[in-house]
Amino acid sequence: MYYIEMHGHMVSRTTDDYREMAMAGCVAVSEPAFWAGWDRASADGFEDYFRQLTEFEPKRAAQVSIRHVTWLCLNPKEGEDRRLAAEVLKRIPRYLDRPNVMGIGEIGLNRVTRNEIATFNDHVQLALDFNQLILIHTPHLEDKYKGTRVTIENLQRSKGLKANRVLIDHAEEHTAGMILDAGFYAGFTLYPNTKVSAARAVDMIEKYGSDRVTVSSACDWGPSVPTAVPQLMLEMRQRGHSEAAIRKVVFENPLEFLMQSGKFELPRLGIHAAVPSATTVS
Amino acid sequence: MTKQGTCPLTTGQIIDEYFIENRTRLIELAAFLERIDRSADGGDAHGDFRMTAFHQALHILASNAPDKMDQVQFIFSDLTIEPRETLDTKSASGAWNPASEVA
Repeated sequence: MYYIEMHGHMVSRTTDDYREMAMAGCVAVSEPAFWAGWDRASADGFEDYFRQLTEFEPKRAAQVSIRHVTWLCLNPKEGEDRRLAAEVLKRIPRYLDRPNVMGIGEIGLNRVTRNEIATFNDHVQLALDFNQLILIHTPHLEDKYKGTRVTIENLQRSKGLKANRVLIDHAEEHTAGMILDAGFYAGFTLYPNTKVSAARAVDMIEKYGSDRVTVSSACDWGPSVPTAVPQLMLEMRQRGHSEAAIRKVVFENPLEFLMQSGKFELPRLGIHAAVPSATTVS
Repeated sequence: MTKQGTCPLTTGQIIDEYFIENRTRLIELAAFLERIDRSADGGDAHGDFRMTAFHQALHILASNAPDKMDQVQFIFSDLTIEPRETLDTKSASGAWNPASEVA
């Protein structure tokens, strides 16, 4: 079965990982900009990173017939630095018309500070100004619930924002309901230690349904498994879920979301770029 | 949230499939707690906010409470509303520390 990896930090992964993912059925990878594990020293550092995401990674993925798309931002871990954020945000627009850029992300909150919220709102406004999709990181561990609440409250105050053009990622049992009830897409990320196991992700799909739900490995430089999505597919299959139900979560839902960019396409599968209609946040 | 019937497996099938891995997890928990008892300094783990939450979560697991998943998640969560004025640390610790909000 084909699947779309909705959240993979491939700059941290090897070409062997791309190959393993391709052999497991991955046809596209969506790579949000994120934290390098240390703070970048300047906006120039971000520009190098944006070039890597928009020039180098698409070529590396294409070697194994994977379509690579990306998201640009200054990540939540660096959102506290308002001066750096302002400089990076000024430079992002020049990359937005590149063919593999889907939108702004992964933006969001880390420790839920006032500066982080201000930087988050600046990114949301940038996305609105340039009609971009938004991919959102929610905080880890004890900060997740509060951070998700604050994120949703701020999104709902953003004039003109359409909920179905926003994916709120790293959802867990105590946040999935509020994300989906507000009309956003919810992402479950499959991490071996933190975040969500394949079994728990399937539990949530069973409890909340599969509409507007995506799953991903969120593979990066930390402990993570690039082929975690096929593990979830196996978990669903072992529980007796239909092939159609599995395909909806791992392929159709991410496809539906990405197609709103007007740029996402999988020509090899006969899927070409188109812009469907959207609904407004309630 | 309890939604009986949403998992397609029967009770017996769920136990057959998941018992061994969860038995392993319980034994890992026992080993972790015993390791603390054997610590080099014999320190009191109960004074650590993370272990306070940990024991509250164990209590929920051992109870007949419905919605165990939500309750455990909330035990470890910061349920306050106000943003932090400044960044205290880059990384989360796994449990909310009430003392950090007072400081």
